Amino acid sequence: MLVYSLKRLLLACLVVLTVSGITFILTNAAIDPAKALAGDSASAADIDAIRKAYGFDRPLPVQYFDWLGSALIGEFGESVRMRRPVATLLLERLPVTMSLGACALAFALLLSIPLGVVAALKPNSAVDRVALSLSVLGQALPTFWFALMMIILFGVILRWLPISGSDTWLHFVMPAIALGYYATPAFMRLTRAGMIEVLASDYIRTARAKGLRPPTVLFKHALRNAVIPVVSLAAVQFGFMLGGSVVIETIFALHGVGFLAWESISRSDIPVVQAIVLLISLFYIVLTLLADLLNAYLDPRIRVA
Amino acid sequence: MAAPATFDAGRLAPERALALGPVALLRRRIFGHRSLMLGIVVLGLMLAMGLLAYFIAPHDPYAQSLASRRFPPIWHAWIWDDPKAGWNNVLGTDKVGRDYLSRLIYGARISLLIGFATMVISGLIGTTLGVLAGYFGGRVDMVVTFLVTTRLSMPVVLVALAVVALFGSSLEMVILVLGFLLWDRFAVVMRSVTMQARDLDYVTAARAIGCSTPYIIVREIMPNIVNSLVVVATVEMANAILLEAALSFLGLGVQPPLPSWGLMLSEAKEDMFFSPWMITLPGICLFMLVLSINLLGDGVRDVTAPEGRN
Repeated sequence: MLVYSLKRLLLACLVVLTVSGITFILTNAAIDPAKALAGDSASAADIDAIRKAYGFDRPLPVQYFDWLGSALIGEFGESVRMRRPVATLLLERLPVTMSLGACALAFALLLSIPLGVVAALKPNSAVDRVALSLSVLGQALPTFWFALMMIILFGVILRWLPISGSDTWLHFVMPAIALGYYATPAFMRLTRAGMIEVLASDYIRTARAKGLRPPTVLFKHALRNAVIPVVSLAAVQFGFMLGGSVVIETIFALHGVGFLAWESISRSDIPVVQAIVLLISLFYIVLTLLADLLNAYLDPRIRVA
Repeated sequence: MAAPATFDAGRLAPERALALGPVALLRRRIFGHRSLMLGIVVLGLMLAMGLLAYFIAPHDPYAQSLASRRFPPIWHAWIWDDPKAGWNNVLGTDKVGRDYLSRLIYGARISLLIGFATMVISGLIGTTLGVLAGYFGGRVDMVVTFLVTTRLSMPVVLVALAVVALFGSSLEMVILVLGFLLWDRFAVVMRSVTMQARDLDYVTAARAIGCSTPYIIVREIMPNIVNSLVVVATVEMANAILLEAALSFLGLGVQPPLPSWGLMLSEAKEDMFFSPWMITLPGICLFMLVLSINLLGDGVRDVTAPEGRN
């Protein structure tokens, strides 16, 4: 277990290094940071002065390791647009995105696990087929359009829910549904497949033969085992949701990291864009690392491979 | 979608199946698969719409008209007796008076072009990496797995938005960026099916009689994995179309005045409370196109899966 964990950790570190490198190179190749910092009205001499002052005239690898080194201690530089430290900005915005992601994940799991269980109890029944058809339809629904349609229906026609802002928990209902529904088919299929496999196993037959009550067998014996792969998929999906929140936060004007990303991207605020891409990648890498370690802990066969 | 009931229709008693022969059997399974047929028909209509846009569209999709701005679609005339709605602009007009139906028809072109071109680029990258990793294993496999892990940990929407915005947004840029971002699934799936095909007896036989490695990969392995390739290709094509729409919706994808459905949604956003149909129609088109591609992919998977065979 220790060897596996260390190997996995080393891989994660290598991925972080590569991702940060790609992010740094892409953003630096796109526009001249000195020009972006100086603004449109700056003269060539001003730009040169800024280039010297900020160290943009140094070789790119030197700049990269300088940037990475400060990023490691949480120092991402200053936002060009707002003249404030990027780290402070991120800390302000992160709670909104985290709440949104958590709500979206909770919504997806609460919807898909019961559906998956019911579908697995009677494969090819009406419930099963409706659930599968819904997942096919849902997969073709553009997230942002679904969000807009919800705004029209629940925000404008029925007036049940607020359509923008992040003041109360009601503000998170529609964004969480819009962000979460896309993950439900995957969760549902995995729960269904896992349950079908587990329900056919010997220990379930034993549990039934002992005369345990059907709900006990179903929830304590079957679901517990069937849900393990769902947990690791949930970790991965949470990472995807943080990335996907750009679109949803922009539509609902939720002032989280995604909205900040969109604002910074449209105004070429490079330090902020770099920090957000790195941060979200880091979340994903840590989440998948934890999911892998959890899986290895639960299933010894994985450790050997 | 696993729809066993639908391909039951293509299932025959073994003796009948033998009498039919493989091609007739495949044809039977395809025509017996209802959701696959639906996907083929809808996608065919969308393709025809895109290819023949010039002949079908009633108006020029770029022609603005100040006198006919924000006309509602025809059903507003039937239900609310709206005098502005009429047969001249069946689905109404947008905020600068361009015919909505014509723009929707031309929009199919952009979505299909982006979906197809992205699929080709990402398919080439992903299949090459996946087949190499699956066939050679060892170090090659380690490198490819690392590349896939790295790619997966970069948030697609965010990176695509940033790159398109920083390098300048255009149709070609969107295709390139998406093509270089969406190859991971190709690599993962092609790697695992190649690994399975690599150890098949006739591949070993080909190796034993001295066939070259490129020959084995192209002639022995590829025909075996082409079904999986088609399935992944449809998934990624649908994915690319949805991503383009999202990028264009955020104003950082395809640029005006091109009639991209995502861009139309973006332009209609400010009118969404007064003219909700402007939001509804392009979304329905997107939904139909993506659904038909997904149904095609799921159908191909069902029809070619070994358990669907007799």
